[in-house]
Amino acid sequence: MSENTLHVVERRAFLKYTFGAGALILGTHVEAFASSADTAVFHPSVYLGIEPNGTVILIAHRSEMGTGSKSTLPMIMADELEADWKRVKVEQAIGDEKYGSQNTDGSCSIRDFVEIIRTAAASARTMLEQAAAQKWNVPAAECQAKNHFVVHTKSNKKAGFGELATAASKLPMPDKKSLKLKTDSEFRYINKNVPVVDQQDLCEGKGVFGLDAKMPNMLVASIEHSPVYGGTLVSFDAAETKKVPGVRDVVTIDRFKPPHNFQPLGGVAVLADTYWAALQGRKKLKVEWNLGPNASYDSDRYRDSLVAAAKQPGKIVRTQGNVEAGFASAAKIHEASYSTPLLSHAPMEPPAAVAEFKNGKVVCHAATQNPQAVQETVAGALGIDKKDVTCHVTLLGGGFGRKSKPDYVAEAALLSKKVGRPVKVIWSREDDIRTDFYHSTAGMYVKAGLDAGGKPTSWLHRSVFPSIGTTFDEKAEYAMDLEMGMGWNDLPFDIPNHQAENGPAKNHIRIGWLRAVANVYHAFAIHSFVDELAHLAGKDPVEYALSLIGPGRKIEMNPVGMKYWNHNQDQKTFPVDTARLRNVIDLVAQKSNWANRAKGGNGHGWGFAAHRSFLTYVAVATEVKVEGGRVRIPNMHIAVDAGKTYNEDRVLAQFEGAGVFGTSIAMMSEISVKDGKVQQSNFHNYNVARLPEAPETVHVHLIKSDAPAAGVGEPGVPPIPPSIANAIFAATGKRLRDLPLRKGLRA
Amino acid sequence: MIQLKVNGATRKFEGDPEMPLLWYLRELLELTGTKYGCGMGLCGACTVHVDGKAVRGCQTTMASAAGKSVVTIEALKGQHPVQKAWMACNVPQCGYCQSGQIMQAAALLKEKPKPTDKDIDDAMQGNICRCGTYQRIRKAVKMAAGVRA
Repeated sequence: MSENTLHVVERRAFLKYTFGAGALILGTHVEAFASSADTAVFHPSVYLGIEPNGTVILIAHRSEMGTGSKSTLPMIMADELEADWKRVKVEQAIGDEKYGSQNTDGSCSIRDFVEIIRTAAASARTMLEQAAAQKWNVPAAECQAKNHFVVHTKSNKKAGFGELATAASKLPMPDKKSLKLKTDSEFRYINKNVPVVDQQDLCEGKGVFGLDAKMPNMLVASIEHSPVYGGTLVSFDAAETKKVPGVRDVVTIDRFKPPHNFQPLGGVAVLADTYWAALQGRKKLKVEWNLGPNASYDSDRYRDSLVAAAKQPGKIVRTQGNVEAGFASAAKIHEASYSTPLLSHAPMEPPAAVAEFKNGKVVCHAATQNPQAVQETVAGALGIDKKDVTCHVTLLGGGFGRKSKPDYVAEAALLSKKVGRPVKVIWSREDDIRTDFYHSTAGMYVKAGLDAGGKPTSWLHRSVFPSIGTTFDEKAEYAMDLEMGMGWNDLPFDIPNHQAENGPAKNHIRIGWLRAVANVYHAFAIHSFVDELAHLAGKDPVEYALSLIGPGRKIEMNPVGMKYWNHNQDQKTFPVDTARLRNVIDLVAQKSNWANRAKGGNGHGWGFAAHRSFLTYVAVATEVKVEGGRVRIPNMHIAVDAGKTYNEDRVLAQFEGAGVFGTSIAMMSEISVKDGKVQQSNFHNYNVARLPEAPETVHVHLIKSDAPAAGVGEPGVPPIPPSIANAIFAATGKRLRDLPLRKGLRA
Repeated sequence: MIQLKVNGATRKFEGDPEMPLLWYLRELLELTGTKYGCGMGLCGACTVHVDGKAVRGCQTTMASAAGKSVVTIEALKGQHPVQKAWMACNVPQCGYCQSGQIMQAAALLKEKPKPTDKDIDDAMQGNICRCGTYQRIRKAVKMAAGVRA
């Protein structure tokens, strides 16, 4: 989809049915399951269609989990098309590769698709204008689309989009170069604070999530998984379970074959008329497991081993100058170790999906970030073709990365095949927290050789953590490029001798990506360490950070001994630009009145951190008040350069939310494992920020930018934990180097 | 047999009296606006009103709801001042917890029409929002109450 080649093709070359003659499709090919945009009389793109009655159908091909992308992408199309938002129908796409990637992950919904969909919408608008010009026999240049009509001002003629749709469908696709995109001042909806399409439903309890999806005659399942990752079922006794009113069946799901990928873990499923009955039945189930080699996994010991490993030399993943020579000639050495725990995503809606297997095909409704991964995973589990899996995407009650891994959807499909009825799978909160794909635990070591002024001339950062790569290769022990390139080996500091090393880590649990991924632990170590160095040097932390970053410049990362991932984008379009990083730092200092802040001590202080991730530049200044073991956050300022934005209110909301999500990670969230079993199970022992613990006000300051759109959903999170840790140091003099901070504060 | 009122209509229930109101509403009456989040009264996603007070549907057995009047998010029909304020402030992100947040806030304002920040903290701390919409929730509660933000 990166090459947005527009070409006109006869529909019938691709489709044997449904469509009238002469209409157009754009791009790749159409699969068997047509959306109503496909069946519209005029559909010049897979993303949009216009019906004869004038209804514009816009396809939301990305999942909605709270970022607003289901609304923002169609809103951009409506704007470019000059459609009236009131006459637009936004339709959620099924999983289908014709849309390009639907993996709603990596903070890329806008940046990967904005050009494609604007081009598609501008093509449609141009064709409607041309159709009107032909109809009125006037030059096309004199016809202008305006709010769902095409007008010819000179002759005072006006025709609706619906009226022109059939004629437009017979025209050739305009050359991409001939298209005129709207200018910013012409936008109707972009950045105009238009509510998301589901807002009213969400406020009235009408939104349909995976948990709410249903199929006629379905059973509801609750599944007992091995309490230890990789355990195998020895035996089970369901006699008592089957006596529970409403329980209809108890069946097994085979254990995954390594690597686990997104396969179901395996287990014993209780199927009942209602979820309540299934839960009651599950309580009576007697299951014996062979817990396997991970039954001795202890996350505290493991974390200590990561910290110890980070003190030893590892595989070099970035090198510049000569760090050892730099240390030898340094006036002073400072070193510190940091660690972070496993984390669970804990979206408010636990994993849920309903599926029906019938005549060799599967239809499912799922809260999923990645319906194409659903197709692949379900097909793999059932041994069918992925084209025979139709995945309808519901609203997601949060995702944060968990719901891009569709093991629970495959469970529903497998169970449906076994019992011959549609089956809805609901993970309980306990299932969710005990059997997640956890955010990785990490041990890190940073060492700096400082000159007489306290500035590093040599910097070594070792990081050791079990990799997400173990999802796809159970023997993987080293980090993937994407994990290294998340705020670690792409560190844009002006230090002549710089080395990053990665040590090996054998894995014992499912590791997955969680909002901001490896940036979270790397940013915590790096920006805590920078704050330590600032205090050692007796310098203001903001001034000091600016001196480390050095002058504004674009840094080409590849020549410094590494293969730089750059969030799948080329460094020419999305360079590491320290001028932009400096800008957000200056802005946050100004907006937070940093120079005149409470200077710290007596439990009151401010902390700072700035971090580039997902191609976006973010600086944070956080105020804390520490009372005993309790931390209040009266103010948090976040300055953001995310390039061009398209739905400003939702961008603000994402950073407000990141302030809270980051506070949970900083202060209180931790998954621990003993004897291979996760110790937490619900919100009484897996802690997340509640209203009084969250920042009272997150002030988000957006830089207006014409740079290409960058990430929004995730980049707010990484600088939050170090900003809080640094604020606690300013307030109390306590340097906390292990997350969650509350533990150290109360120790 | 248990008799109760749900959104004004009289209902009869003959199942397990220990069944939580949450699952009765969701699975038997198909009122799915009330959400499951924890099953232990820890997150507030299942908040409904029983005789005008906010309670957790997952912790309210059918036996204890007997003879009472239950109101769910569906009965507010978008007309409640709290819902209007929620929409004016664009509160929801994923929206999953918002039924519970709105029911909790509506009960708060019934009891304390002009809540202080402390009142809002106390009343809303049982409702988790993982997206982190808390500051907009606070703002919307104040807007609905007509107190200064």
